[in-house]
Amino acid sequence: MSAVLNTAISEDNPIYKSRRLKNRVLMGVSLAMLIYGLAWLAWILATLLWEGASALRPSILTQMTPPPGAKDGGLANAIWGSLMMVGAGTLIGTPVGVLAGTYLAEFGRGSWLASSTRFLNDMLLSAPSIIIGLFVYTVYVAQVRHFSGWAGALALALIVIPVVVRTTDDMLKLVPNSVREAAVALGCPLWKMVTMVCYRAARAGIMTGVLLAIARVSGETAPLLFTALNNQFFNSNMNAPMANLPVVIFQFAMSPYEDWQRLAWGGAALITAAVLLLNIVARFILSRSK
Amino acid sequence: MEGGFRVTQAGPMQQHLKTSRPASPPLPMNTATLPISQTQESVEARARPVPPAPRERAGNAFADILFTNLTRAAALLVFSLLAAIMLSLVAGSGMSIMKFGPAFLWNAEWDPVQQNFGALVPIFGTLVTAAIAMIIAVPVSFGIALFLTELSPKWLKRPLGTAIELLAAIPSIIYGMWGLFVFSPLFMEYVQPFMIKTFGAIPGVGLLFGGPPMGIGMFTAGLILSIMVIPFITAVMRDVFDLVPPMLKESAYGLGGTTWEVMYQVVLPYTKVGVVGGVMLGLGRALGETMAVTFVIGNAHQLSPSLFAPGNSIASALANEFTEAVGDLYSSALIELGLILFLITIVVLAFSKLMLSRLARQEGARS
Repeated sequence: MSAVLNTAISEDNPIYKSRRLKNRVLMGVSLAMLIYGLAWLAWILATLLWEGASALRPSILTQMTPPPGAKDGGLANAIWGSLMMVGAGTLIGTPVGVLAGTYLAEFGRGSWLASSTRFLNDMLLSAPSIIIGLFVYTVYVAQVRHFSGWAGALALALIVIPVVVRTTDDMLKLVPNSVREAAVALGCPLWKMVTMVCYRAARAGIMTGVLLAIARVSGETAPLLFTALNNQFFNSNMNAPMANLPVVIFQFAMSPYEDWQRLAWGGAALITAAVLLLNIVARFILSRSK
Repeated sequence: MEGGFRVTQAGPMQQHLKTSRPASPPLPMNTATLPISQTQESVEARARPVPPAPRERAGNAFADILFTNLTRAAALLVFSLLAAIMLSLVAGSGMSIMKFGPAFLWNAEWDPVQQNFGALVPIFGTLVTAAIAMIIAVPVSFGIALFLTELSPKWLKRPLGTAIELLAAIPSIIYGMWGLFVFSPLFMEYVQPFMIKTFGAIPGVGLLFGGPPMGIGMFTAGLILSIMVIPFITAVMRDVFDLVPPMLKESAYGLGGTTWEVMYQVVLPYTKVGVVGGVMLGLGRALGETMAVTFVIGNAHQLSPSLFAPGNSIASALANEFTEAVGDLYSSALIELGLILFLITIVVLAFSKLMLSRLARQEGARS
């Protein structure tokens, strides 16, 4: 008996050998795939570092977007516009998202509204962002007949909402029911239970969601093309077309002018740095809370 | 994960109870007071004297109704958003739908001067680039997910997983710029001539690789899309692979299965629906991706069997032409393109979601 077993698993058994070889090869392929994926990441980041380093100067933060051929110039108006629109979009989107997520996780359990909203929200989460731009264009820009910073902020808010709904819902569901029961048993009304107990318990998770949403919208270009458009000048008026980093990068990168392309690389490096930083901070907050 | 969460997350509440107790001795949680507008302010509420019980109860009941309905209203808003988008797109494309009818779908013309529009070229471009992306991304994501769940040493799992997820964090415009300025010149010079020479000579398949090397084109767009969707597919695959009961895997290993055999014959069949769901999620992303494709697809309204030829996708046509569209019919035709894209992605994403929830239900039934 043991002799049979021994030959079965010995090195000489051809079946065993071929199975092991197949396994080795495929595991090697798996590792190669991982390296393939990471190589793209490294290549893109290295390019940004390289191109960005030569384009980033202090004047990028202080000067306006230049006309083609100008010696210097920066992205100050675009950076400011992006900050304002991302800020406004987040401020509009977050409360709606948190409240809707609260309904899904706390009040609507098992109701048809909650389950279908959850389904539709996941759809929105992955829906093409250019469609959101088109939507805001048709319901807002086409009605008031001018592009504006508000339209851009609204489009960004519509992208923030599904992200925040999803994380709020998920994070509140992680709060154990016993905590809720304890609160209610102490005579706590529902709104207080949610705001002071559940929100506190899920705070880190919800914040992570908001940060990830900000990271996502800071790089969004497509929804801003038809809503905020662009503006050559510094503008704090949200009711007028507004410069913003992604659209400026798009315009400058597609232009034939060398100095515009240089500025586009600078902007690209800035955006990526900001987005990656936000992502890492969000992960850090979440991992520390666990 | 849930266990850990419980222990630490109970902390803030306990602290809250402890700290608030001395401030207002009787029933700290229930000191909400007179006017409703102020009940939101817990700090303020705690500082006030305890009011008579009935009024307090009425106030809290009112606040409860207010809060529940507020959250319900927000949920309704999210609920109706998708329908609103659909309606607005249908309304916006009305003129084009009336003029061209269903023939819009298979008309290959796109002529702003003659006001003759058809969606065939952009639809073709969208489907082809997404298909290329999936052909490349699915095996790669499977490999990465396999490595992360089965092979990676424990301490490497998180950093590697995070690095792959960061691929999804890079804004799509960066992919586009990088693809146009860095990737496509190198691709044109070194890889494309070789591919045209080797694959182009094969009868049949050769058609796909014909034409001059240009760097940009549908293949480049598909390749860059594949990099962008890898993190999404990988994340779903990892999640569903983790759902496989360890007992099943251990039994297979115990019978002498190799890692590959366990993966292919135990894990994959168990998670089949989930894997399909993840692939569909990636497909939905690839179909609607705009900026990266706009940079590298070439934006030419032409049909060509060659993957190296420039083409156009729905999203990139919108990004390029919408703000410059002159005339209502032109805009309307572009909005109809958007409507088509929206319908395709919604169907794909709904399918993905159904698959994933089926796996979740199955999981619930089995455990």
